[in-house]
Amino acid sequence: MNSPILLQPDETFILNVGPQHPATHGVLRVKMEMHGEYIVNAETVIGYIHRMHEKMGELKTYPQFLMNLSRMDYLGALGYSHGHVLLVEKASGIVVPERAEYIRAIMVELNRIASHLFWFGAFVMDLGGFSPLMYALQDREHILDMLEAVTGSRLTYCYFRFGGLCNDVDDDFITAARLFIPRMRKSMKKYHNLVTGNIIFRKRLEGIAPLSKEMCRKYGASSAVARGSGINFDVRKNEPYSVYPEFDFDVPVYHECDSLARYMVRMDEIEQSLRIVEQGLDKLPGGPIMPDKKPKLIKPPVGDYYQAVETARGSFGIRLVSDGGKNPYRLKLRSPTYSNMHLFDEACRGMMIMDALAFMGSLDLVIPEIDR
Amino acid sequence: MICKKIKLAFQSLFPEPVPVPVPAEAESVGEDQDKKAKSPTPPRTDGVVEREYSIHGYHLDAQLAPAQLITAVTLLDEAEFFIESITGVDWIKDNQLEVVYDFSRYDFDLCRVVLRTRVDRKSPEVPTITTIYPGANWHERETHDFFGIKFAGHPHLIPLLLPEDADFHPLLKDFKA
Repeated sequence: MNSPILLQPDETFILNVGPQHPATHGVLRVKMEMHGEYIVNAETVIGYIHRMHEKMGELKTYPQFLMNLSRMDYLGALGYSHGHVLLVEKASGIVVPERAEYIRAIMVELNRIASHLFWFGAFVMDLGGFSPLMYALQDREHILDMLEAVTGSRLTYCYFRFGGLCNDVDDDFITAARLFIPRMRKSMKKYHNLVTGNIIFRKRLEGIAPLSKEMCRKYGASSAVARGSGINFDVRKNEPYSVYPEFDFDVPVYHECDSLARYMVRMDEIEQSLRIVEQGLDKLPGGPIMPDKKPKLIKPPVGDYYQAVETARGSFGIRLVSDGGKNPYRLKLRSPTYSNMHLFDEACRGMMIMDALAFMGSLDLVIPEIDR
Repeated sequence: MICKKIKLAFQSLFPEPVPVPVPAEAESVGEDQDKKAKSPTPPRTDGVVEREYSIHGYHLDAQLAPAQLITAVTLLDEAEFFIESITGVDWIKDNQLEVVYDFSRYDFDLCRVVLRTRVDRKSPEVPTITTIYPGANWHERETHDFFGIKFAGHPHLIPLLLPEDADFHPLLKDFKA
């Protein structure tokens, strides 16, 4: 008779999650030291799709680099482009027409909704529910169609220019956007009925992966990760830029600190973005979308400039060191998920592996954006 | 408010109060750009200056010696700043590497602080701040990848974004692919 295999009480083993694993949504690897189903230690390994955007920033001229920004975060690309154009405009003193700024804000918010919808679907799929993804993609499709008609691309937009936009919106876009708002509000009710109230869903998230305020601060977390931990921080409110002060919107903050709080923040943000789009369409001024006077060659004066914007994934910062030439001397991209992902190693200690994967989903990771 | 407090606290780091120089590039507009490009202002050696937020995007800019770094970061930690990022700049003409630290606050009392420290290009080494901000870990590893700057005391200084056997530093200005 075979004797049963006995594990020593303190025996651990190493489990590799990734680099090709459906729960990581990209090429991300986590080395986990496991004790049974519990994580003792974890080390995140990133860099599998590192493309050295920062070096490209130095080798390319300012307009040539415009398209790189949308290759970082493929779900919410416009937010990143927004930061880049705002920075270069601020540094070189280009004044953007009001209409262009309004259209930018509308587009960024639509893109944010599309990004949150995809996250919502993928997150619920991580937890074992497949159909919400299909519903979310259906709603997202309307946004992509609208954006495609105006910008010419569905994901990797290169729509903003220094000083304005490359294409004005037409009446079709306005009509489609106005129709989209009530449809999306109806869908949100459906999602809350279908998912948020679901007992299995709630049991997987409630009280799981608590992140303290202190931890968020030490790691520089932003977006729903910080706002789900009771930190009222949104760059659009804290450091107003563009035309955001003109809009009336709220920043959803939850104090539970768990995965469900992060979920609730993003779901509430969709409604806030809808409010911004609605007000933007109402207030949309006429006029040109590019300034009359614009330097032929973009050459910001010598200096060091920084711009932060709130993207779908958090506070994106971009630093430009200019030597007055036609190329940046140094261009630093501070991506929000990089900081959000970093706290995973410390936070997942002692967690069960299924909870850790749910926690990873609640961080809203886009790997090309971490790796740059 | 917090900016004034931090500025005062930083000034105590420097034995003689440094006269605050007006940043030359702050007022530059239009045509004198090209002139400035040819004669950039010499690098500051130490001191803390206030910057025009609407142009530069941050409030305080402190140039420190590597040895003062820990004290300065501890000050920011006590004032509840969060770490935004760490990066480097290669000033090959001065034969120096600059390490740039960005800090900000989760607050409506806005204050962005930039700490800079310069080290020799031949033996670039600064102390790690991972003991104060664990979130600096990846930022320091990334800076080590790109510039070869050594963070003394860092617990795990191996390539993060570059391949694990990488022995090159792509953001150095004399890097040849």
